[in-house]
Amino acid sequence: MPDLLLELFSEEIPARMQARASADLRKLVTDALVERGFTYEGALNLATPRRLVLHIAGLPARGKDQREERKGPRVGAPDAAIQGFLKSAGLSSIDEARIERDPKKGEFYVAVTESAGRPTLDVLAEILPEVIRGFPWPKSMRWGAASASSASFRWIRPLRGIVATFGPETEDPEVVPFEIGGLKAGDTTFGHRFMAPQPIRVKRLADYVRKLEAAKVIVDPERRKDIIRTDARNLAFAQGFELVEDEALVDEVSGLVEWPVTLLGSFEEEFLDVPAEVIRATIRANQKCFVLRDPATGKLANRFIATANVAARDGGATITAGNGRVIRARLSDARFFWETDKRVLLAERAKKLETITFHARLGSQGERVRRIAGLARELAPLVGADAALAERAALLCKADLVTEMVGEFPELQGLMGRYYAALQGEPDSVAAAIGDHYKPQGPSDAVPSEPVSIAVALADKLDTLVGFWAIGEKPTGSKDPYALRRAALGVIRLVLSNQLRLPLTEVIDNFIVLGKLTGEYAIPTQARFATIRDLVGFLVERLKVQLREQGARHDLVDAVLGLADGQDDLLLIVARVEALAAFLDSEDGKSLLAGYKRAANILRAEEKKDGRGFDGAPDPRLFSLPEEMLLHDTLVAAADKAREAVAREDFAGAMRALAGARGDVDRFFEHVTVNADEHQVRENRLRLLNALRAATLTVGDLSRVAG
Amino acid sequence: MEIPVHMRPERSFQGLILTLQSFWAERGCVILQPYDMEVGAGTFHPATTLRALGPGRWNAAYVQPSRRPKDGRYGENPNRLQHYYQFQVILKPSPPDLQELYLASLDAIGLDPTLHDFRFVEDDWESPTLGAWGLGWECWCDGMEVSQFTYFQQVAGFECAPVAGELTYGLERLACYLQGVDSIMELNFNGREGAEKVTYGDVFLQAEQEYSRYNFEFANTEMLLRHFADAEAECQALLAAGTPGNSDNDGRHKLALPAYDQCIKASHVFNLLDARGVISVTERQSYILRVRELAKACGAAWLQTAGGGAA
Repeated sequence: MPDLLLELFSEEIPARMQARASADLRKLVTDALVERGFTYEGALNLATPRRLVLHIAGLPARGKDQREERKGPRVGAPDAAIQGFLKSAGLSSIDEARIERDPKKGEFYVAVTESAGRPTLDVLAEILPEVIRGFPWPKSMRWGAASASSASFRWIRPLRGIVATFGPETEDPEVVPFEIGGLKAGDTTFGHRFMAPQPIRVKRLADYVRKLEAAKVIVDPERRKDIIRTDARNLAFAQGFELVEDEALVDEVSGLVEWPVTLLGSFEEEFLDVPAEVIRATIRANQKCFVLRDPATGKLANRFIATANVAARDGGATITAGNGRVIRARLSDARFFWETDKRVLLAERAKKLETITFHARLGSQGERVRRIAGLARELAPLVGADAALAERAALLCKADLVTEMVGEFPELQGLMGRYYAALQGEPDSVAAAIGDHYKPQGPSDAVPSEPVSIAVALADKLDTLVGFWAIGEKPTGSKDPYALRRAALGVIRLVLSNQLRLPLTEVIDNFIVLGKLTGEYAIPTQARFATIRDLVGFLVERLKVQLREQGARHDLVDAVLGLADGQDDLLLIVARVEALAAFLDSEDGKSLLAGYKRAANILRAEEKKDGRGFDGAPDPRLFSLPEEMLLHDTLVAAADKAREAVAREDFAGAMRALAGARGDVDRFFEHVTVNADEHQVRENRLRLLNALRAATLTVGDLSRVAG
Repeated sequence: MEIPVHMRPERSFQGLILTLQSFWAERGCVILQPYDMEVGAGTFHPATTLRALGPGRWNAAYVQPSRRPKDGRYGENPNRLQHYYQFQVILKPSPPDLQELYLASLDAIGLDPTLHDFRFVEDDWESPTLGAWGLGWECWCDGMEVSQFTYFQQVAGFECAPVAGELTYGLERLACYLQGVDSIMELNFNGREGAEKVTYGDVFLQAEQEYSRYNFEFANTEMLLRHFADAEAECQALLAAGTPGNSDNDGRHKLALPAYDQCIKASHVFNLLDARGVISVTERQSYILRVRELAKACGAAWLQTAGGGAA
């Protein structure tokens, strides 16, 4: 079976786009083939900085033959109907139609059109230019003389050549005949830009990959990554060091080279006075080089590994020296920033925040910091932190934003503040809180556990949430420009992993009142409660998402959230869900749930019939059977016990109390007919069932539980 | 012809410039002299901004002294200056072998591709003040950014048709690498040795110190604010005055170039005000917008001139 080999050869494609683009190419071409009824055995996509490559194996030489039958009017139908049929079926005379008969309809015409399957080569010649022309680049451009027309062909960077061959393994493949943007598809490509720039004729994947490798191009990105990883590790090891692994950097660098050559260089040891994170950030962000550590001490070494795109004739000495020069210049800048920053007290620096806008409607960074500090102070007792320390840390937590270092490397925010605070004699807990207050940033980021850090981290996130809620900038759909979902998840993770009891409504309300006092929030009093309710609802909603992602049964989450009383304590919600899950897993729980469901079903049917509810306590005088009496007494006692347990936040205890009613519930249903003939008795029994339903509401809205 | 030692690009700053000029002259570029106004980058030269618009062919190369008031460091930072040189090449339409031409120019100044590591690293270019953008790369040599390579897609808010290719060489940085020195001020300017040697610092150190003082401390901001308003008003007045009137038969704009000068002036005054720290974050945006409006109107006027390809 024949294969397709496609290579789109261009000027350098941005590293971050290559993987996606080659996957898109594969999907678009295979989808177009499948849509036209073609099957294939397998597809492989590859990419280099200058090429997108697609190989589709096992395509048929031609498409399937098509046979289409079209039913027409009956024989003897009016001429207009016959003519319409001829036209729609593409026949020139009714003699070309077959006559069939049907017991109902009698004799009628059938048009049969048969077409032979088209040669795959022709179909490819149609599909490929279509896909290339409509390719979904995030950005694309025009170039050259053709760009005099604004409708000229667009690509990510100038497209320089197209290889498109099609044929079986045993024969010379054919070139897929098409042309786009003045380029004719052919079977010629080029090797490495510097080491083997000559044209190369290729036939199919195997010889394409082999010939290009001989021409110093590794077409497979995974192989380039392997080479970079392995060579970098070995190079480090040979010199007695260890590579600081960095997969994201491997990804990026593999998209910048066709022929990776790793080179080890060094810089002066004195630069190691600068914090390791700074050195790594400098070398990584600006130079896309790896850093090394000393395996004995775990400390950063004064070495780097660069990945060149060329095997230079001096063995890479010039390239290594050049990279070393740039790294030294960058590190001296970094050291200069470090030395300058150290000398200015953070508290002094923080004054500059007054001049920086946080958000046009939420004031300056300075105002923001004061809000966070006020809130951190309020939160401190709730999280077991010293209020003065929490306030201090909060006042300093954003000061590093105006340091030289963070100006240069924004990703070091927090961390630099921590270093400077520690050097300037701030208490350890203050320095740690400055460093940790942005955390947790993502689902896998560590959650602060020191009380002062917790207070500041919570205050930072709550300030952001309340602020943007106050000005009506909530996330909608996929739009969340201020990362409010992430802030909400941060609050949730801080609360849960530190087992914090936080009455959110009260905390937020106090905060807004506090904010109003300093005139920073303009939430009118009447809108305040709606805003708070909405924000707490958002947090609870995010908790729900979070619990589901962790595998909690979402029906149980719904059952707990369905309870009427104010659900604004995240930790309690989780405790209730966990207790409910454990309970419903037990025999008692399953049996009580069955009894509940039975009661609820009967109630629903009867409520519908009567058009009213059966609220109100049952009247013991109307009980005629012992099972009624027993259930009643048991329920009253169990409900009381359950309520007491819930008040103690002993949810398992509450459920145990309810479980005690299980036997009486079963016996009731066994011996008592709810829909008694006598009106009053029926009503009373329904009220008893209602009491059962109500009792379970102490632990969860069981109507939401599935099964 | 053998280049004398003192004129070799790895020996002298001026030798580097002359080598690039002859390289591009050989490839058919007109070699222009710097534009005689203060600009932030070679792109502001009308030979790039305006000539990039319109259908005609245009190949030019020139050195442009560039002023970035905010980047001044009183001559104390080895790599940062408030005044430096860019070597600018503009080729319209972009030739199919522009990358190869560029790499050949590096070879010409002594950067041999069998010894060095050249890379084209994604870097899309955008100038909010000029209403211009393009796609391209920063070009790396051994991990150092030495040039900016851009295919202009839009200038002054107009689609480029055809697209021009723009190359901008950072001359001081390239020279430091070629000469193997760590500080721009140490560059050998004239390639001579001993008593005859003139360094970059000899030529420019005092200027860096004085202009840093001026930019950050002494520039009269009230006067500058006035100058900004004047330049803006003059630009608009010239654009209006030059608009093809009823009496004109050829329908061409008569004052596109002088109007554009005022746009350049406004842009530089804005940069000075920015360095003086008197423009707040919110105002900043509106100043940029005002300059962009001027640039767009100048681009529109240029398209109504012979140079802009008007019929």
